[in-house]
Amino acid sequence: MAKADKQKKKQGIPMPKQKPEDRIHNFNEVALGYTTEQALAEAERCIQCPKPKCVQGCPVELDIPAFIKEVRERNFDEAIKKVKEKNSLPAICGRVCPQENQCQMFCVMGKKGDPLSIGRLERFVADYELQKGVTVRPRSKSSAGGKVAVVGSGPAGLTAAADLAKLGHKVVIFEALHAPGGVLMYGIPEFRLPKKIVQAEVDYVKKLGVDIKTDHMIGRLYTIDELFELGFDAVFIGTGAGLPRFMRIPGENLGGIYSANEFLIRVNLVKAYMFPEYDTPIRIGKKVAVIGGGNVAMDSARSSLRLGAEEVLIVYRRSKEEMPARLEEIENAEEEGVKFKFLTTPVKFLGDESGRVTGMKCITMRLGEPDESGRRRPIPIEGSEFVMDVDTVIIAIGQTPNPIIQRTTKALKTTRWGTIVVNEKTGKTFRKGVYAGGDVVSGAATVISAMGAGKRAARSIHRYLLRKKRMRQRKET
Amino acid sequence: MKGREKDLSSKLRSELLSFGKKKENALPLYGTEECAKRSMKAMYEVLKKLELAPKIKLLKINAPEIARKAKAGQFVIFRIDEKGERIPLTIVERDPQEGTITLIFQEVGLSTMKLGALETGDEIMNVTGPLGNPTEIKHYGLVAVVCGGTGTAVSYPIAKALKEAGNQVVSIIGARTKELLILEDEMRNISDELYISTDDGSKGHKGFVSDVLKMLIEKGYRFDVVYAIGPTLMMKATVNVTRPYSIKTIVSLNPIMVDGMGMCGACRVTVGGETKFACLDGPEFDGHLVDFDELIKRLRVYLLEEKQAVELHEKSGEIKRG
Repeated sequence: MAKADKQKKKQGIPMPKQKPEDRIHNFNEVALGYTTEQALAEAERCIQCPKPKCVQGCPVELDIPAFIKEVRERNFDEAIKKVKEKNSLPAICGRVCPQENQCQMFCVMGKKGDPLSIGRLERFVADYELQKGVTVRPRSKSSAGGKVAVVGSGPAGLTAAADLAKLGHKVVIFEALHAPGGVLMYGIPEFRLPKKIVQAEVDYVKKLGVDIKTDHMIGRLYTIDELFELGFDAVFIGTGAGLPRFMRIPGENLGGIYSANEFLIRVNLVKAYMFPEYDTPIRIGKKVAVIGGGNVAMDSARSSLRLGAEEVLIVYRRSKEEMPARLEEIENAEEEGVKFKFLTTPVKFLGDESGRVTGMKCITMRLGEPDESGRRRPIPIEGSEFVMDVDTVIIAIGQTPNPIIQRTTKALKTTRWGTIVVNEKTGKTFRKGVYAGGDVVSGAATVISAMGAGKRAARSIHRYLLRKKRMRQRKET
Repeated sequence: MKGREKDLSSKLRSELLSFGKKKENALPLYGTEECAKRSMKAMYEVLKKLELAPKIKLLKINAPEIARKAKAGQFVIFRIDEKGERIPLTIVERDPQEGTITLIFQEVGLSTMKLGALETGDEIMNVTGPLGNPTEIKHYGLVAVVCGGTGTAVSYPIAKALKEAGNQVVSIIGARTKELLILEDEMRNISDELYISTDDGSKGHKGFVSDVLKMLIEKGYRFDVVYAIGPTLMMKATVNVTRPYSIKTIVSLNPIMVDGMGMCGACRVTVGGETKFACLDGPEFDGHLVDFDELIKRLRVYLLEEKQAVELHEKSGEIKRG
């Protein structure tokens, strides 16, 4: 191979994107996706390792080299088939997975240059199929044939439901909100994950035979016990981490201070960015402070810009290196003009007579020894307080699981953080026939790790149902 | 449909009185005929409609699953159509056998105006519930149920359940003026004593419900507990009346909500110095601990947008006046 070619192979094909100056005025998707030529060129970079390392970085065990090989050979139909053997939501994963910490982190190509853009290729084949129209082969009924209730239609629930349906079980998903998709729908903004993509992936799960009941809040409408009374043989809880955390500092209930959840639900789920065409309003000020350093903070900041804020500032108590957000999202935010104030945290919110926020008193931090998360602990510097003028604050410091199911279900063991205790490998809870996975078990994490948990739980639910059936048959004979 | 509408008022009023009394249906198994039969009927269809007072309307809605589970004090979130807001409304009545719930609301904003414009046979796109915690019903002894405006509708199932639990119930209902009083007969039927007040004196005592409560307390009524439900200012005034007497006072709060299930935190209120979510921890709280001034300010956050939405909508002429 010529030297120039070798050099070329080290560099990945960049993702075409909307220009920053354009995209801050719309909610359309930022990353535009590879063209066929780009996808072929990128796939060509894969060296098809005999012992592929990338696969070990994938929580849903995707056969990455196999699908890339099909892309190279222009067999896009075969490629997506390979992907869907393991991953029921590829158009979503191709967009929001942190591949740099997973499959791509292990890619051999990454040692001397850019790792292969596995996520972008996954998105390419998924979009190819969506554009063509998804067909699902009818499935024969499994011998196990159980009825499973899946609580929550986020990444964990959708994956568990899809896998169980593929195994021949009757699955009903109960979703509390009016639209299925969970965090994919209410949390991740349109410009990062278009809602029509989520709907298309949800439709695929429906085509597998899964019934989705929206407006059904389990824990209130039915308890877990009542689901068994309804005739379900097993229950999977994938209710995510939907309860917003607040700072617990004075002035936090002033008008103009949102939890990131409220802000994003208004924008994404009920489309407040289209007010007054849509009925739900949102009030965005001139100067917005977003507290936190994760993906949710980036999403909130970038949404604020698009809603017309003049200045958006991410206020994070540690430094840039400790930020949990994906590098790609931090870069996107920077490109769009989001500013960062590191080593700073608010200690008090200030308001006017009408009860609206006008500023926040902040304190500067320094970094101490690493804490249990492995990141250096922020320590306030005495006497460093200062006041920052802001008229909108979005608090994006994390979420914990919604407590309703835990409160209304007996013998479901939970931790002091409100997460449900399960067997890591099987997703089994302390209640017979009840499984759980995703953020409700792990605390707020990634889409793909929730999908991995859904997958593992589906497998053990299947085994449980087979066992149950065998026992029933034994009793009958 | 039209025929059913005619005999509404008399029949419905008598039907309005059965919260929790009728025998419940068994849960229909998924995949059974019963389940299929139920889902045949359009979900959330408006089965009956009544105008109780100017701009105060009653809707009976097909919602079998919610009807089976709802208890006094709980609410639903409705979304009228694809573009609609998610708005909480208290469940005033349920009929598990018929599979219906009843909502009473005042047309104050765009969403309630749209809801009020629905006719029998129309559908609401989404109704989620029951949400919030049910009222804790027990035997207290002498109970005052103080309510204003549409708060009377919220109070009705609570007062009724309290009466059924063996309490002596003294109800005080109020409104701005005579025409806006609702559920007077219904409240009278389940109360040992009923007092009425109107701001303009057109019926009953001239003044506020809290004034009546104060008079009763001064007369020597020893209330074991007071329920105060209605506009935030009314609840605040009532709580101020009972505070010097240290009478336990329970209020049902109505902050802005989006999801109504603990996700957004828009409904956060300060209770006893702690932040609580009305949807998860409430909507009922110890009135003496609630920071009403904060709640009032939080309720006003979107006044501008709410006005704008109503004006735009009225201009577009989409609102049919019933």
